[in-house]
Amino acid sequence: MSTDTVRRLRLPQLDATNGVWPALAVALIVGGTLVALDGGSLFTESSMISLLQRAAGLGIVAVGQTIAILAGSLDLSVAYVISLTSLVAAETMAGSDGMVLPAILAVLAVSAAIGLLNGLLITKLRINAFIATLGVGLLIKGYLEQGYAGPAGSVPTSFQHLGYDRLGPVPLSFLLFAAVAAAIWFTLRSTRYGHHLIATGGDLDVARLSGVRTDRVLIRTHVICSLCAGIAGLYLASRLGAGAPRVGAEGGYDLESIAAVVLGGTVLAGGRGGVTGTVGGVLLLAVIDGVFNQLEVDSFFKQMVRGVVIVAAVAVYALRLRRTSDRRKAAVA
Amino acid sequence: MSTDLATPTGSAPAVPSGLGGGGRSGWGPGSIRPVLIILVLLLIAVGIRQPDFYDPPVLLAFLKRAAPLIILAAGQYFVIVAGDFDLSVGSLVTAEVVIAARLIDGDPNATWPVIALLLGFGLLIGLVNGVVTTLLQVPSFITTLGMYLVLVGAVYTWTGGSPRGALSEEFRLFGRRGIDGVPVLGQLPYAVLVLAGVAVLAVLAMRSDFGKVLLAVGDNPRAARVTGARTARVRTIAFLASGLAAAVAAILLGGFGGVSFQVGQGLEFTAITAVVLGGVVLGGGRGSVAGAMLGALTLQTLLTLLNLLGVSGALSSAVQGLIILAAVAVGTLRRRT
Repeated sequence: MSTDTVRRLRLPQLDATNGVWPALAVALIVGGTLVALDGGSLFTESSMISLLQRAAGLGIVAVGQTIAILAGSLDLSVAYVISLTSLVAAETMAGSDGMVLPAILAVLAVSAAIGLLNGLLITKLRINAFIATLGVGLLIKGYLEQGYAGPAGSVPTSFQHLGYDRLGPVPLSFLLFAAVAAAIWFTLRSTRYGHHLIATGGDLDVARLSGVRTDRVLIRTHVICSLCAGIAGLYLASRLGAGAPRVGAEGGYDLESIAAVVLGGTVLAGGRGGVTGTVGGVLLLAVIDGVFNQLEVDSFFKQMVRGVVIVAAVAVYALRLRRTSDRRKAAVA
Repeated sequence: MSTDLATPTGSAPAVPSGLGGGGRSGWGPGSIRPVLIILVLLLIAVGIRQPDFYDPPVLLAFLKRAAPLIILAAGQYFVIVAGDFDLSVGSLVTAEVVIAARLIDGDPNATWPVIALLLGFGLLIGLVNGVVTTLLQVPSFITTLGMYLVLVGAVYTWTGGSPRGALSEEFRLFGRRGIDGVPVLGQLPYAVLVLAGVAVLAVLAMRSDFGKVLLAVGDNPRAARVTGARTARVRTIAFLASGLAAAVAAILLGGFGGVSFQVGQGLEFTAITAVVLGGVVLGGGRGSVAGAMLGALTLQTLLTLLNLLGVSGALSSAVQGLIILAAVAVGTLRRRT
């Protein structure tokens, strides 16, 4: 007991979920210095704006991916959902202002349906989430490749505000990301569903035996995850001015979103982590991106660094997690 | 317990007391019967569509095309059955082919040293994956995802955006040619010989002590550790096997087609799909290497059939997705009853 209180009295511990913030600070300082040495500045308004804008698209997807992973699942179909919904949005709008609202509703309906399908495959047919969402992704991919050779549809100027406008220095898209993240954060923290979700991810059988309807939780989680991908699709349609059949896969949103979530300290096995960490993870990836863009390093080298950063970060988290549990064991002994 | 862990084909690892049976001859997880039935049905359909499919030369040509995926699936099997993933194999295949083209640069004398180098490189990547996963305790999904990003980035950076150099004819021999003048069969492709070698080695490996420990680690890592298994070592060896398999597959694929960044694209998911189709359970501990390789063969047969039926390449990924979902769903539903 006493050792426990001592431990608690220490400075905030770096556990897996908040380790990303120091990493972000280091990235900003080191990156800022490097860019300054190169004769530029990372902290000008324009570079910060493009940084936030870059974070928005991936961020919205990653927030959805966070709850899927927290629930002990994952979603590999998001990249194709993004492409599909960008097309649904642009084709429904077809350049007319009046169709914006129906298009948004259509996108939400389509993405929710895909999430429902994912959830049903995983819970009712008991297909492993990896295979189920990969299979659904392949289905959508086939449809996209069959039906579209290139960009299609068009978005009215009124809808492009979402992609390009700013509120003061903050891009509207980033506010959208913040709003989605806040909504999910609140859901996880304060609703019954949120608590059930963490329990389900922590241990499916224990949760079920404690009376949680785990199937329902998982289905709802996948619907929300897909909805987030749909919102990201809307944002990309507004940004590109049209629907793009390959925007999701080429952006690597499936694996990147998982990387951002894990970078934010959420444990891949589920049950542990949170949305705030993911926001940090997304910002960290965006800062790395921004720094390399300013330094004009080629994008492939950037990808290498990204890979190393992700693995290194998770290695550090794993180390911390082990130390904490060792200390707990010592305290118990 | 350990005697029961790997039955001859390794297809029925000890399922913890009565978790739905799943014996070697049964339907449950780890069984190869479902994939066998699907394969037979597909083969019949292909045979109806293309009557000369069963002429030895045509069949061998088909096996030749299937060889790289089957080899990759065998490698991926070792990793998956131990409870891990290897998402880096696709990018590793691309990296190997691009490296080979650049280093050989059309010079026949460079062929053998480069092949040795490629195999070594595959092992090295496997070693890094294994060490990072076991020693640093990074989940293999993340380790190999990171490795995927690093390899793709490195290959592009190294070549400046487009592949350079060319493969020598000697290098391409493995993917393209074979031993001529074999009675009945006509030409016996080298790729099929390599495939046979890999298959025998893989089955032997799973029958050995290593294979039994690997299954035990995948089934219950903690129990395996407590009983004294060197879990880190066998998991690392599994990654080595996967890296080596990717190198071999790359050498064959380099012979088939041209040098491009697309050679290995998406192969990691195809290989994982093949393994799962073969009845191997993601998360480890159940399934046989024979099943994994049959899964790959089934997938290749499916693609051939779709091709014969004139289903366009675009739609074939949708059909592929549908069949995978159906096959896995049927497999898991059986488990519950």
